This record gives sequence, structure tokens and C-alpha cells, in this order.
Amino acid sequence: MDTAYSATHRPETFREETFRGDFSYANSPENIRHFPFPFHEDHYRYSVNIEPHVPGLPGSAFEHLIDVDEHYVAEMADRAQVLAEDPLRYQALPHMMLAQWDTLELLMEEQARAYPHLFTLTRNGDQWRWINRPLGIDDTFTFGDRSTLPREPLDYICRQTQGDIALMDQRDGNLWMDAGMITAQADWSLDFDVGMNFHEWHAPVPLAPQMGVFDRALKYLLNLQLGKPVRRLNWTMTINPRLDTSPENYPKWGPDRTTVTPENVGQKVHLRVELQSLWRLPRSNGMLFVIRGYMMRMDEVVTVPKWGRRLPRVLETLPEELATYKGLSRYRQTTIDWLKRHDDGAPTSPGIFPD
Amino acid sequence: MKGDLQMRVTALHDEAAGIRRVRLEPVDGGALPAFSGGAHVVVAMQDGGVTRRNPYSLCCDPDDRTGYEIAVARAATSRGGSAFIHERLAVGDVLVVGAPTNLFSPDWRAKKHIMVAGGIGITPFVAMMAQFARAGLAFELHYAVRSRAAAAFAGVLQDRYGPRVKIYAADEGARLPLAALVENQPLGTHLYTCGPERLMGAVLDTARNAGWPEQALHSEHFMAPPPGDPFTVTLAESGREVAVGPDQSLLEALEAAGVNPRYLCRGGVCGECATKVVEFRGTILHADHFLTPEERAESRTIMICMSRFSGDRLVLNL
Repeated sequence: MDTAYSATHRPETFREETFRGDFSYANSPENIRHFPFPFHEDHYRYSVNIEPHVPGLPGSAFEHLIDVDEHYVAEMADRAQVLAEDPLRYQALPHMMLAQWDTLELLMEEQARAYPHLFTLTRNGDQWRWINRPLGIDDTFTFGDRSTLPREPLDYICRQTQGDIALMDQRDGNLWMDAGMITAQADWSLDFDVGMNFHEWHAPVPLAPQMGVFDRALKYLLNLQLGKPVRRLNWTMTINPRLDTSPENYPKWGPDRTTVTPENVGQKVHLRVELQSLWRLPRSNGMLFVIRGYMMRMDEVVTVPKWGRRLPRVLETLPEELATYKGLSRYRQTTIDWLKRHDDGAPTSPGIFPD
Repeated sequence: MKGDLQMRVTALHDEAAGIRRVRLEPVDGGALPAFSGGAHVVVAMQDGGVTRRNPYSLCCDPDDRTGYEIAVARAATSRGGSAFIHERLAVGDVLVVGAPTNLFSPDWRAKKHIMVAGGIGITPFVAMMAQFARAGLAFELHYAVRSRAAAAFAGVLQDRYGPRVKIYAADEGARLPLAALVENQPLGTHLYTCGPERLMGAVLDTARNAGWPEQALHSEHFMAPPPGDPFTVTLAESGREVAVGPDQSLLEALEAAGVNPRYLCRGGVCGECATKVVEFRGTILHADHFLTPEERAESRTIMICMSRFSGDRLVLNL
């Protein structure tokens, strides 16, 4: 086992940084190795790549099922700002209240279990006390009683959890996106998708529907079992470390894609990875979808030699339709050219983790 | 399977004539997962040398994390599970219980929930009503029984929910007023039924004829594999032959032979145990509720938890 991962991931301090304006976001060396690099081989291959969401390599983003890292406080501040400007980033249809409580319980339990130095959940029957030290929160409430929390339960807990969150209702042999808080999305909109079913919200994805990918994935997810969550990795690229790349704000971030030059690739181009996990919810029989995002600029990627070699090789083999869908077309070649300077052609080891 | 719970029988209670309620609590004393009304668990029982795995609806409050309860009717022709629970299971015994799975979930959008139960089909509704009542939702239960003596949970449900629970005892000449039930319900009402096939068919037909949309109708079938003539199955990967006895399902025979196919509901509903048929000479006796009529006719897939075979050669992709 790699010695760099011998220490358990246990964030103690949180970076003061921004995801807009001066874009001061950056990863510490430890957090670079914590990053869930999504490519396990040197060429691109489309796959649903679903696997059990079980605790993984210590120190990695997979160590804890709900991952908290050095960006927690800054991400929550950015989320609050997005919500203040656009309240529709949080929506919950009325029949999702039970699923909201299920989600609050799950996210509190997982975070308190993984990071007891940051979070404490104390339960006495329906009387719960929740302490969130990084955000300075200490609230007592009655589980199941909306009036005892300052906000709806989903709204409340999503403001204290890294990652976008969608709640799905399961009925009529389909999944329906009926609630969520989406503030750090890769160009999709909850306000647009809310109320849609699995096939409807996936309709824009190229190639995959023809391969029957979504029919199979839906069938699989409908039988997702309580206590056996699953995960997959998804990825794209973002210019500047901007969390809020929403369709609503396209005029703010779309033009960034024209600003990439051979000189600024290392600083501006970010690999953006989503560690997506899916959980059956107990009382509502709904499903929780956590889209936990990570960003790492090219300068940081190449500090891990294996990733610096692999990333340009993968980008070269990405089909044009997918490059277009992910919005990479304008700067893909510039990025490959820059990364190639860090690829000495040596073979890479299997798997996603650093050597 | 991973996620299975070791649970101890802490109480056995005759809920009504021929219906035994079993309370199970985790051996390690921890809190159980909450669940949703309509969920079932698969219970594994060691009956001598035979492992029996049967699905039972949970019939307790889904928010009670200290224990799960099931209620089992003594079957006239038991395949083994019900006889084991009625005759041999004792307080203190340990059973292996799978995580709750729900294939009969309430539609939380409903403006009102109407439940129609027949006999032991009452069990999923006991848990559903606890959730409906807690959430302040409108509901009514219509419960058809042979006699009040055979009406499991009738007293406790009437105590809890008053006039929202209506009992129809056949020996008193009472019948379910189906036509009246489906008339003049508020828009957005959902109808749930569980019980004997004939009762469920009548409930659903009445609602359909009255113009109810399919999405508002929900039913759960009793989930016991049918007995039948013995047959032999060949496993494509190893060439091994496995004999399936008259009271055994194909899935059970495979498990007894040390093969462990995937499963979830063991009642032909969820689709998890769908298995590819490589070759067959004879007739596949489909008994599931999952495959479409076209898929049944093609017989390229068999649901091994329920369906049987008649013929001289069946090869499965296992």
C-alpha cells in the first residue's frame, strides 16, 4: 500500500478561498492525492461504471461515504451566495417531505460517524441535537416536525453538506426528480428538470441512449437496496474553479472557455469530477443522489506523474460528440498539447490511484 | 447476503386463528433501519438440514427501530416455511433477515389512500397506516375476513384508527362494497390491494371499470412459489445438473446445490433473479409478475424464484 495514504483523511483546517471573482481556490498537496481521478486506463471508454459505495482507500475521497475536505467551509459559503441570488436552486415537491427527513438523517449520521471532531449528532427519541463545528451550528429539533427547524429539512442539511443533492421518488417503474439543492452543477438545472423522470432528464446525453445504457441503469437502480448504496464517477472540465456553472448563469462562465491560451492552461483548465452516490431511503422508499464535485487545475494534476501521463492520452481518445457535450471542444487540443509536455510516454499502472 | 441481520425471536403471538405474529430483534442490540410501509424482508430459517428463505411483509411501525414484526398464516399446503414458524419456531431462536425491500410502496402524492385487504393480505397495510397516520394523510382500510376470529390486527387497528378501519366478515354476511368504494373518491386518490388473487382482481377490475387511471392502482401478490412436478436443470457454465423437487423452487434447488444466484423478492415481482435460458426442450411454466407476455412467449428468460419447467432439457446461463 502506498505510504502517502497511510494517514486517515481527517480535515482539521479549512481553506479561505473563492470560486468566483479572484478564483483563489486551490488544493493542498494532501488534497491533490485525495482527489478521485476518474480514469483507470489510458483511453476513454464509455461505461456506466457503477460499483458498491463502500469505504475505500484510507486518505482517498472514497474513505468515507460522505466526504468532507478542506473546501467544506468555502463551498458552503459559495452555496449560500448562489441560493441568495437564485432561490430556485432549492426545490422540493410537497410529497417529498418524508424523503427530506430520510436525507437529513442519513447525511447527519454519515458525517458524524466519519468526522466526530467536526460533527456530533445526539438522539433522544425524536429529540435530536446537531452540532456542526466548522459552521458554528448547534441546533436542537424534533425529528419529523418541520416547525422545529429553521428551514425545510433538505434545505437545512444541504447547506451543510458538500455536493449537489437530488431526491428521487420511485413510482410507476421509474424515478422522478422531485426535490434537490443544485448549486454547483455542470450545466444542468434543477428548475428545468424538477418533476422529470429518469429518461426525460437524461435525454440530452449523446450516444448512451442508443446503447440502452439508461434502460439498464434504471432497471438496476429500481432494485437498489437499503444499506447498499452504489457510486460512479463522472467528469468534465471547467475553466476557472467555478462551482456554479449552471445554465442560468451561462453568460457568466460560458465566455471563460474562450480565454484558454497555451500559457494559462495550467492555471485555468480544471478537471471536474463528480463522485455520484445513490442511496435507497428508508421511510419514503425514495432515492438520494449525491453529486459530490471535485476540481483540480492542470498544474495540480501533473504533480502526480501517473495522472499527468494519463490525462492527455484519455483526452485524445474522447469521441467528438462527447467533447462537444462536455463543452471541451474549444480548448481540448490546447490542453492536450500542454499536458503532453508532462507525458514522457512511460507506461502507467492500472487503477486510478497515484503510484 | 451482505447486509443481512442476525435477529432473535423475542415474542410469538397468535394474532388470530391460524395467524402467528413473530417479533424479531437484532442480536447485537443496535438500531434497525427504518423502513417504508409495504416493505418485506426475506427471512432465512434453518429447518433441520434445509434452509428456507421466505419473504414476509413487515407489519409493525416503520419508525420503531428496536424490532421488526411479521405475521404468518398457517398455509393449508405448506411448503415448509409456514409449518416451521407455526410448529417449531421458538422464542430465543435466531433467524437471518435481509434488509427491507419495498415493491408495494405508497404513492406519496396521493390526496387519499384507500386500502383493501383480504385475510393475511392485511400485513403491509399495518405498516402503511402507521406512516399515513403520522404524516396526517387521509386514509381508509377495508378489510375482508372469513370471520372476526380470523381477522388478524382487526382490534388493534380499530383502536388506533377508529372508523377509518372497516371490517367485513363473511360469516356475518358482510361483503366488500367495491362499487361504492371506487365511486366519488377525491381526485388523486390511490387504491392499494393485497389478498387472494380473486379479491385483488375484483378490486382492480371494479376500479378500472369506474375509470380509475392505472397509476392510481397498486397491488401486491402473495409471493409463494407454486409446487409442481420435479424437473432437472443444467447449468451452462459447469454442465452440472441440479434436480428440482416438487415443493422446491428452481432458486431454492440451486441454493441447496451451493449455487447462489441473485435475488430480491423471491416472489416473481422485482426482476432481480432474471436468468437467461440457453436452451430448452419442453415448456417453461412462467409464474412471475415481471415478464411481459411477449417475453414469456419467447422464453429466453426465466424468473427462477417462481417459474418451473416441464420437459426433458433446460439449460440456464449459470
